Amino acid sequence: MRRVPPTLIAGGVLVGLVIVAAAISLIWTPADPGHVEVSQRFRPPGDAFALGTDNLGRDVLSRLMVGARNTLLIGIVTVLIAAGLGVPLGGIAALYRGPFEAATMRLADVLLAFPAILLAMLFAAVFRPSTVTAMAAIGIALVPVFARVVRGAGLQVMEQDYVTVARTYGSGQLWIFAHHLLPNVGSVLIVQATVAFAIAILAEAALSYLGLGAPQTTPSWGRMLSEAQSFLSQAPLLALWPGLSIALAVLGFNLLGDGLRDLLDPKLVERVAAQA
Amino acid sequence: MTAVALTVENLTVRVGPIAAVQGVSFQLAAGKRTGLIGESGSGKTLTALALLSLLPDTLSASGHVIYEGMDLLTLNERALCRLRGDRLAMIFQEPMTALNPVMKIGQQVAEPLQLHRGLSAAAAQAAALRMLEHVRIPDAAEKMHAYPHQLSGGQRQRAMIAMAMACSPAILIADEPTTALDVTVQAQILHLLSDLVDEHGSTLLLITHDLPVVATVCERVIVLYGGHIVEEGTVDDVFSAPRHPYTRALLDAIPALDEELPSRKLAAIPGSVPGLGQFPPGCPFRNRCPRATHVCETMPALEGDGHRAACWHPLP
Repeated sequence: MRRVPPTLIAGGVLVGLVIVAAAISLIWTPADPGHVEVSQRFRPPGDAFALGTDNLGRDVLSRLMVGARNTLLIGIVTVLIAAGLGVPLGGIAALYRGPFEAATMRLADVLLAFPAILLAMLFAAVFRPSTVTAMAAIGIALVPVFARVVRGAGLQVMEQDYVTVARTYGSGQLWIFAHHLLPNVGSVLIVQATVAFAIAILAEAALSYLGLGAPQTTPSWGRMLSEAQSFLSQAPLLALWPGLSIALAVLGFNLLGDGLRDLLDPKLVERVAAQA
Repeated sequence: MTAVALTVENLTVRVGPIAAVQGVSFQLAAGKRTGLIGESGSGKTLTALALLSLLPDTLSASGHVIYEGMDLLTLNERALCRLRGDRLAMIFQEPMTALNPVMKIGQQVAEPLQLHRGLSAAAAQAAALRMLEHVRIPDAAEKMHAYPHQLSGGQRQRAMIAMAMACSPAILIADEPTTALDVTVQAQILHLLSDLVDEHGSTLLLITHDLPVVATVCERVIVLYGGHIVEEGTVDDVFSAPRHPYTRALLDAIPALDEELPSRKLAAIPGSVPGLGQFPPGCPFRNRCPRATHVCETMPALEGDGHRAACWHPLP
């Protein structure tokens, strides 16, 4: 039995916390996250409000829990967009090589050089600021990451004997892509997806902070952070909670990615063991 | 004259400007087993890949490979995909790397059946199990769910044979199918291969550098050197009375079984196989040949009736 890397456990716990919080918020929150109670403004953490209240007297814990939902949704949709476009592009590049590969990879270079935030601001300016435009922009910005990883791993797979064998029994390109290339780059993809997830969370928080993400009515960690900024001297803890949530969620996904890479790449484990 | 399963005409494979296989022509008689012998670098594997039109993009093939009136070298990819695995199959040397490491054995053996017979996944699995039992893999039902690394080399090669024979192909090309295996396993695999080929009435092209293997399995033999066919004939003719000095030298290099070793120095061919593009012009063997003269500077034609040799000074 292979030893489970500690980073995987730590990452799993942190990500698990976010997921559990989001799941519970679907059926129960300590208070109504949207309920404004001006008489209860800036209450410190205590019995009535576990993490205190904000400038409008809304329960911070409830808002964080609902915000986790938003965070997860953004992460999932973003990764799906990025992988959904990037994996086929990278796969086709590895399968067909030639001009298509060159064009895809140069396009990926251009897109990589373009900051995701800038792309998102462009999208928000052209369409209108919303969760959907934020997800689309971050998703598209992450497409080259997936395309390059799949192409790189795919090129390696295409050199393997079993792909030649698959050709000898009449496999077409599509068949090889689905049956041989994808399963063999699967582990790389999973790792890449968790890392992309972390990037997406961070990008969304930044966008919400700038007011380009989730609408005012939806509790989101980035927006909570931005609102807390105005009352930093009055209630510093208000900024701490969403900031901590973002940091821990991003850390969690990064650790999860690291742990999965260690777990899924036996060669790396052997190397580490040999060094120890 | 028996029916011809495959005709190869003037096949040339180029690696850049260098011809690795030069104007090779031969026919595979239907239902017969033909051996293709050659040292490393003689163009055996390239010939085999060219027959299936599977050469990598960096190599180019010219000439004709005729199967049932179709020239496989000019056929489009769709048509080739239909033929490969169904009518033409191939087995490779390295059973270690020839199976997809993340795919269960049963699934892999089922693939050709799904591709060519249009079987559902369940039906293909059932057929794959029958094939695995047929190639005598022990505990076939259990091995269906095993991954390649959980099988021994011999078992993997049996699985490869099961995949290749799944659609009972008309022509089976086996590229050094036993080279990577233990000697005892080699014999079993060769037996299995001959049995299956007979049973399905397939034509076998066995590519090897192992002369005894050809002698036990094949009926005809083609000797390749430096990308040229230097001798061709029935196994009996070629092995008992070789006419090309290269074939003679190869046979001399095999020690007799009853010989007490090392009672004599093993016969070796002087020099070594030149690298690609470094063969002398004319007869590629002339710089290592004891019988070479000036005429050998031009390539002799492959001459003879039934037993052909390409040599200006053939052995009697």
